[in-house]
Amino acid sequence: MQRSIFSFIFRYSKRQQLYILCITVLSLPPLYYSLDLPKQIVNEAIGGSNFPQNLLGFELNQVQFLLFLSFIFLGLVFVNGGFKYYINVYKGRLGERMLRRLRYELYTRVLRFRLPRFKRMSQGEIIPMITAEVEPLGGFTGDAFALPAYQGGLLLTYIAFIFVQDPILGAASISLYPIQGFIIPRLQKKVNALAKRRVRNIRQLSDRIGETVGGTPEIHAHDTAQYHLADISERLAINYDIRYEIYRRKFFIKFLNNFLNQLTPFFFYSIGGYLVIEGDLTFGALVAVLAAYKDLASPWKELLTYYQMQADVRIKYEQVVEQFQPADIQPIEQLAEEPNMAGPLPAEWQFGNVAYAEEDSPPDIQGLSLSVPTKGTVAILGDGSSGREVFVQLLARVLVPSNGKITLGDHNYADLPESVTGRRITFVGPHSYIFTGTLRDNVYYGLKHREADTDDQSERRGRIAEAKYTGNSPSNIHGDWIDYEAAGVDSAEALERKALEVLEDVSLAGDVYRFGLSGSLDTDAEPETPKRFLEARRQVGLRLADPEMEGLVELWDADKYNLSATLAENLLFGTPVDDTFQLDTIAENEYVQSILERVGLTETFLDTGRKVAATMLELFADLPPGHEFFDQFSFISHDELPEFQSLVTRAEKLGHDALKPEDRMRLMSLPFKLIPTRHRLGVIDDEMQDKLLEARRLFAKDLPEDLRDSVAFFDAHDYNEAASLQDNILFGKIKYGQSGAQAKVQALLAEIIDGLDLRRTVISVGLDRSVGVAGGRLSLIQRQKLALARALLKRPDVLILLDATTSFDGGTLQHVHEAIMKSCEGRGLIWAPHRPSMAEAFGEVIVLKEGRLAQRGSYDELTGKDGELRRLLDNE
Amino acid sequence: MSLIEEVDLLKKIPLFANIEVSKLKLLAFTSERVKFAAGETLFRQDDMGDAAYIIMDGEADVVIDTDTGPVTVATLHKNDFVGEIAILCDVPRTASVRAKSDLTTLMITKDLFFRLITEFPQMAVEIMRELALRLEKTTKAAVSRSND
Repeated sequence: MQRSIFSFIFRYSKRQQLYILCITVLSLPPLYYSLDLPKQIVNEAIGGSNFPQNLLGFELNQVQFLLFLSFIFLGLVFVNGGFKYYINVYKGRLGERMLRRLRYELYTRVLRFRLPRFKRMSQGEIIPMITAEVEPLGGFTGDAFALPAYQGGLLLTYIAFIFVQDPILGAASISLYPIQGFIIPRLQKKVNALAKRRVRNIRQLSDRIGETVGGTPEIHAHDTAQYHLADISERLAINYDIRYEIYRRKFFIKFLNNFLNQLTPFFFYSIGGYLVIEGDLTFGALVAVLAAYKDLASPWKELLTYYQMQADVRIKYEQVVEQFQPADIQPIEQLAEEPNMAGPLPAEWQFGNVAYAEEDSPPDIQGLSLSVPTKGTVAILGDGSSGREVFVQLLARVLVPSNGKITLGDHNYADLPESVTGRRITFVGPHSYIFTGTLRDNVYYGLKHREADTDDQSERRGRIAEAKYTGNSPSNIHGDWIDYEAAGVDSAEALERKALEVLEDVSLAGDVYRFGLSGSLDTDAEPETPKRFLEARRQVGLRLADPEMEGLVELWDADKYNLSATLAENLLFGTPVDDTFQLDTIAENEYVQSILERVGLTETFLDTGRKVAATMLELFADLPPGHEFFDQFSFISHDELPEFQSLVTRAEKLGHDALKPEDRMRLMSLPFKLIPTRHRLGVIDDEMQDKLLEARRLFAKDLPEDLRDSVAFFDAHDYNEAASLQDNILFGKIKYGQSGAQAKVQALLAEIIDGLDLRRTVISVGLDRSVGVAGGRLSLIQRQKLALARALLKRPDVLILLDATTSFDGGTLQHVHEAIMKSCEGRGLIWAPHRPSMAEAFGEVIVLKEGRLAQRGSYDELTGKDGELRRLLDNE
Repeated sequence: MSLIEEVDLLKKIPLFANIEVSKLKLLAFTSERVKFAAGETLFRQDDMGDAAYIIMDGEADVVIDTDTGPVTVATLHKNDFVGEIAILCDVPRTASVRAKSDLTTLMITKDLFFRLITEFPQMAVEIMRELALRLEKTTKAAVSRSND
């Protein structure tokens, strides 16, 4: 990367810079003419007397001449404005392109960093560098060369003019420039140093904020919030100090500069005036020089501003770029090259005197010479200081040796492109990253190496051209990235089938099945699918009529109030599709209010709402704020308690009519959440239920056209696309308070779903569930299973695992272990398990101790004699 | 049956007799009402306990496994509180409880029970008093038996 911002800009935009300069120069004549024209209009057209004037063969009288000049003036205004517009847009676009190129380059470098670099450079530091810190560079690009050239040119012209008028005054007018040129950069240097410190401090600040976000549980668990607040306070204080210092110095430079600029006129008046009085200079010449000097001020000021800006931008660029130029950066070709190795992998890795050490720490691996087969099963064992983790990561080429050489066949392992190491060999560590998106995105992630060729790129032609122009990737992120061949399939459906097998292998299928039950079908699912779920509904319905199942589920019935559902669900008799009828906002909906009014329930709702509020106040008033009962059980949050307290008192004393509309709304909103069998408050009596059924009918009958799409009604013979799969199959609510109801109903659902061969469809729906930020919605064990599934789906030649199953319980581990062994049959499996005894099932065991090979052989052979393995097993 | 009735029922149980009505209401509101069909098991001997039950309606048998097979040692009725030992101290269930007829219970989970006690010390005091009384009773019984 270019060391300075100027060489970066010059390297990538010299033609454009020249173009800007040319256009700027071209824009000058009309600009000057437009400045001169008013004088001509006043002197010649309005005040002139030589009429008619002959212009290009036309005879013009005074008024015509005036109009002619005025229109030329208007035309020039247009031309000048047009030039300005064009230049500004051009500069803006150029700046943005340079910014795009720079950011892309920086991001590429992040991908090329070796792993240990991230131990010294945090996410919190990298992000602002690529986003905020380089931002001013874009605005600067367009001015980088054109502005000094243009303004400098102007300045020289004026100075030349003054010199022609009088060499002495000319000398006087620039006499202070050397002083300014000497002092100001020196002062500026200090400001630059401060600006550097500020950038560093801000980076640290964002690093701390990042740490706080990541370490929230620890902060609360150790009561260290005050400590962190003090830390941030200190950072902000330093920032304040630096900024204050910068302001003082920066504005002092301005002050000094202004002063020096005004010092020159002082010389003109005193010395020039003296010369005029003495008769050595004509009065006219002095006036002309003064006028010219006034013109000098503007370009000089521009140049000075430019000088400060370039200083600022230069520092920012250098500070960012130096962070992205580590000596050990990965060559770019490794990320981009196509595979240079076909056919089966060479038989073994050969370690030749390999050592690995990180800066300033003792070596993790030293003098290691051995061979590791790429076929068969190998277990890698060792204790915490054995270098086991580093060894496995060297094999996976996540790390490269700091000394010695690893070869794979004829190739230096460190030089192989990632299209070989990242496809044919796959590594899963204990904390694999889960990307934001759906489960499916993550399971297929390992297959997304390159965008598949598509014939028709015509729609993206502009995008591609622009990307190439700025050195960016022209690939389409929305294209098809999946390498079906790598997974051994030929279509999306086959891949999904394959993915389901893999999910079973890693014991994740059950979880995904449950996600699927609470998810809903894609709208573009096959038209047959909903019908099959309706068949499931029919069968479940029949089975629920069995005496042993009776009473577990309360089915939806258009003419009956469902005691296991919320009042809102009972009223809608459907599922809210958008926000209009959501539980939290349904009370505010005017249509809902009008329906309640029509069946005469408004007063009842206020009454019920008041009773519910009173009960909540009685139950929860004594609990401290933030108590989890509020989340779990209360209809009212702790903050709202006092308001409701006074609200209930007022309602009881003065009646509902005296309440303000928003208070009435508050009371009205409470009953919607009531589930009679769960909350058992006894406030929804038979009469109210009847009226609500009436409201249900009216609601559906008179629903205005524009609200039609906001609710999907329940229909015993129709699939409800807005509702979850489980709700569609059950077509009812599991009753509260039946012992084991949940388990029995789930078992029934599973049976029917399997019977109709719908399990795959359910899992497929589950795959579309979002995993949350960094997989946050999944548990640790689910994340580990997902990482394994992702690796298995790829069918690598060698699968390398490092503590990839630490959170698994015994039974699951057994199942997954066997499934992995089976799926790697005929290929390579290298596993560094967290329990040494797991090595029993492996063909070969390599035991490390203090970074060197301690033992190697079959499990039985090594356990048969004294040694490191025996020690490890004894300590397990 | 509504919350109010459940609270009335709780009041009749000695362990809760002296506790404020509003606290009992909270206990009732936050615990779940669970129905069992005749023959269903509430919990099994030797399992770890995670909930206690208050019988609200119906009857349940307390069964102990012996070498010679299961023996019913007691029958629980309305207002009886069962399973509280296992949630107060972490010991396995000392007996199994099975519904004799259709049974309605109020299930109080261990979690909920402890949260209420930490929140309202008055409840803890009452429960201590009740447990002390029971201890007193069993001690007296033991003394009189050894005097026999």
